[in-house]
Amino acid sequence: MQDVLLDVQDLVVHFRVYGGYLKVLDGVTLQVRSQERVGLVGETGCGKTTTMKTIMGILPQPPGVIRGGRIFFRGQNVLAMRPQELERLRRSGISMIFQDPTAALNPVFTIGEQLEDAIRYALGRTDHASIRERAIETLRSVALPDPLRILESYPVQLSGGMRQRVCIALALASPKELLIADEPGTSLDVTIQDQILRLIHRLAEDRKMAVILISHSLGVIREWTERVYVMYAGTIVEEAVTQELFAQPLHPYTKALIACVPKLTGEGIAEGIPGRIPDYFEPPSGCRFHPRCPYALDICRKEKPKLFAVCENHRVACFLFGEENR
Amino acid sequence: MRRTRLGRWWYKFSRNPLSVVGLVIVAFIVFCAIFAPWVAPYPEHAGPYVNYGEANKPPSLTHPFGTDVFGRDVLSRVFFAFRSSLLMGVVVLAIVVPVGVTLGLLAGYFKESWIDILIMRITDIFLSVPPLILALAITSVLKPNLTNAMIAVSVMWWPWYTRLVYGMATSLRNEYFVQSAELIGASKFHILFREILPNCVSTILTKMTLDMGWVILIGAALSFVGLGEQPPKPALGTMVADGAKYLPEYWWISVFPGLAIMLIVLGFNLLGDGIGDLFSLEEA
Amino acid sequence: MKELLMVENLQKFFTTSRGVVKAVHRVSFAIYPGETFGLVGESGSGKSTVAYMVMGMYRPTAGRILFKGQDITMPHTRRPLALKKDLQIVFQDPGSSLNPRRSIGEILELPLRVHRLVDTRRIRERIEELLSIVELPPEYAEKYPRALGGGEKQMVAIARALSTEPSLLVLDEPTSALDVSIQAKIISTLVRIQRERNLGYLFITHDLSLMRNIAHRVAIMYLGRIMELASARVFFEKPLHPYTKMLLSSIPVVSEEEEKLKPARVFSTGEIPSPIDLPPGCVFHPRCPEVREVCREREPEMVEVEPGHLVRCHAVSSGS
Repeated sequence: MQDVLLDVQDLVVHFRVYGGYLKVLDGVTLQVRSQERVGLVGETGCGKTTTMKTIMGILPQPPGVIRGGRIFFRGQNVLAMRPQELERLRRSGISMIFQDPTAALNPVFTIGEQLEDAIRYALGRTDHASIRERAIETLRSVALPDPLRILESYPVQLSGGMRQRVCIALALASPKELLIADEPGTSLDVTIQDQILRLIHRLAEDRKMAVILISHSLGVIREWTERVYVMYAGTIVEEAVTQELFAQPLHPYTKALIACVPKLTGEGIAEGIPGRIPDYFEPPSGCRFHPRCPYALDICRKEKPKLFAVCENHRVACFLFGEENR
Repeated sequence: MRRTRLGRWWYKFSRNPLSVVGLVIVAFIVFCAIFAPWVAPYPEHAGPYVNYGEANKPPSLTHPFGTDVFGRDVLSRVFFAFRSSLLMGVVVLAIVVPVGVTLGLLAGYFKESWIDILIMRITDIFLSVPPLILALAITSVLKPNLTNAMIAVSVMWWPWYTRLVYGMATSLRNEYFVQSAELIGASKFHILFREILPNCVSTILTKMTLDMGWVILIGAALSFVGLGEQPPKPALGTMVADGAKYLPEYWWISVFPGLAIMLIVLGFNLLGDGIGDLFSLEEA
Repeated sequence: MKELLMVENLQKFFTTSRGVVKAVHRVSFAIYPGETFGLVGESGSGKSTVAYMVMGMYRPTAGRILFKGQDITMPHTRRPLALKKDLQIVFQDPGSSLNPRRSIGEILELPLRVHRLVDTRRIRERIEELLSIVELPPEYAEKYPRALGGGEKQMVAIARALSTEPSLLVLDEPTSALDVSIQAKIISTLVRIQRERNLGYLFITHDLSLMRNIAHRVAIMYLGRIMELASARVFFEKPLHPYTKMLLSSIPVVSEEEEKLKPARVFSTGEIPSPIDLPPGCVFHPRCPEVREVCREREPEMVEVEPGHLVRCHAVSSGS
């Protein structure tokens, strides 16, 4: 693959608990090319956020333990980086915004103080006037009206949507090549979420950034990404060009998940997926989805399926597809 | 490895090694107090025993903590003094906790009603008087003995539990599970003691453990000024006070009881932190 | 058909340190037995306030609530036990709606005891029966909430609400905190239960796609007012209010067929104003793409454009 910005190979992350480990990530593999908008979709507790924290080098260790795998950003090995290098990576390489904009902002400092700090840190500049100017410019770029007033405000004085815009401004205080957006706007109303996603889309285009959009909402993923990874219980089960995935989902989990989304066509509600997300302390053998899969074969209980390229734009980790997987 | 409930508790508790240290200290003190007549090398020294020939001996193998002005073994007296100290802590908490907690629950649940105003203003008045002064005032009016010291400490201690539980109850009453019980039509008694109280228990227990140390410390302070357990019965505060007259030559008479007080407070504090971890709802 | 619940000109003002919050303004609707009435809105629209007034958790500033023809506008502390039995609620957050220190069995036992619904010896049996209604195994009676997943907790909350055999269930965003696969399971259970028992549902939600699939009638609220009310089919096929159109057009969907059903893209702009400082005239006018002069001056009245289809909009009422 050419022009790969981020390359994650077989990432295995466990968490230390009483009497053993939670085997959360079980070989996550994903790539992001430069300026690409990639989606990562999966349900609560499937390991989306753990994956991203590991990429950012902010996984708390302990209890987290990286058991295997490699992460390359611009060809550099992130897992081997020293703290200073990781800091440089976060300053000029990757940024992340979180679901809850309130928790990401410090309530006792004004937006201006926080944003100016971020700019000073990111650019290493000290000249007050130019930092201020830059802060105003950054707030304008995230379409916040009246930036002067916002610089003087405290986080509580802003609405949820405005806070999320401020978080984006903080993340993009300096140029970045990759923006990881973890459920941006999920806690906000549909119309506001729509505005935030439109803003991220526009900024990514203007600044030639790649974006990883993490969401549990299939609709959001369909509308705003080019390529998508479907995650289930710490594994990537399917990867495809977004349109292809929604037109022809292959993995039984992806199919079931799409069926569960209430449709505007009003065809009624699916019954849901039987069972629940596995216990990471003792995850199922073989394919982690097999206990909930209506098509489970014998081999699914024994072996873990590898991602298999069905066609150029579509890979699936399932024994129902692909000869070499059988 | 099998995952048992007990094992899970121990895992949560022992994640902080200091909690284990606290548990060992407290267990040791409780053991010494209960089995004092057998553990103490000279149990008869706990009473009105006098042997001037052995007086003011420095620490040695026969008297690890030395002897006092009457020739009594300090170590034996410390072990017996643990008894009145622990008794003080247990009795005071047994009085203070039910009273303070019930008042706090009532005031918190009926927030902004006359019940809240009445209870909390009285609480505020008690809290505004410096605690040691209040206890001193009460014990000096009553006859100075252990029982009256316990009464005095109880009078000044309950408002802390009222405050603590009040804060928790005011936020818990807005939880959906309390609202749900109300909408089902459950009685006030059920809501207070079956819905709200169980969610306060962990915090109350943690505070109780910490308070054991503090109550004992206050008890020692009272006996230091002669308002607690009366001689010849051993009390840590009295022992420190008596020995203080002979400092610095016969330092062991007051330093070892002083260290014992420190050990008690330290032990209960460390244990209290561990109990807090144990009851956290976070999964292990 | 006789109404199960009638809400007439309901108003609720909250006095805060920053001013009076006009949370609900003259809301009227009715719910019939066996019907799901969807009350949709964004945060701050007042939809939950309406639900809480129906439950007696808030006292209305003005207006009336009638349940089976009886006035129940009083707070829940003054409501008779029989009424509490007949009217139950499922809250949004399954985490906080179950007491973490009580077992599922104890949680389900409470309503049975309070209303003396079954003989003491049969309580155990009834708890297992309730668990089976929401498709949970009987062993769950011994478990504590923290051992359950979010969806399972919500199922227990539903079982608790059903234990008194109410005729109206208020569902306050019961699935908004849950994943779609779990939502699907809960919704299909709720639909089955409604069919079996002819229950009325007041379903509070922000999810229009969900309402398309289960509501019989839908009302949309914005800043304390109902803007449009219609049967689900009419609401989604012929939306009239610009706000409805804006919301429908910004729903992210998963298929081309759905994309075709969405109204022409109306890009949402602006924020929802504070309910303390409401805009003059029509409260939606600062965000409305079809705003006219009159919208800034006069608040539109609710107009019935066709039987059962009510809209609060100058553009619609003057056009028809």
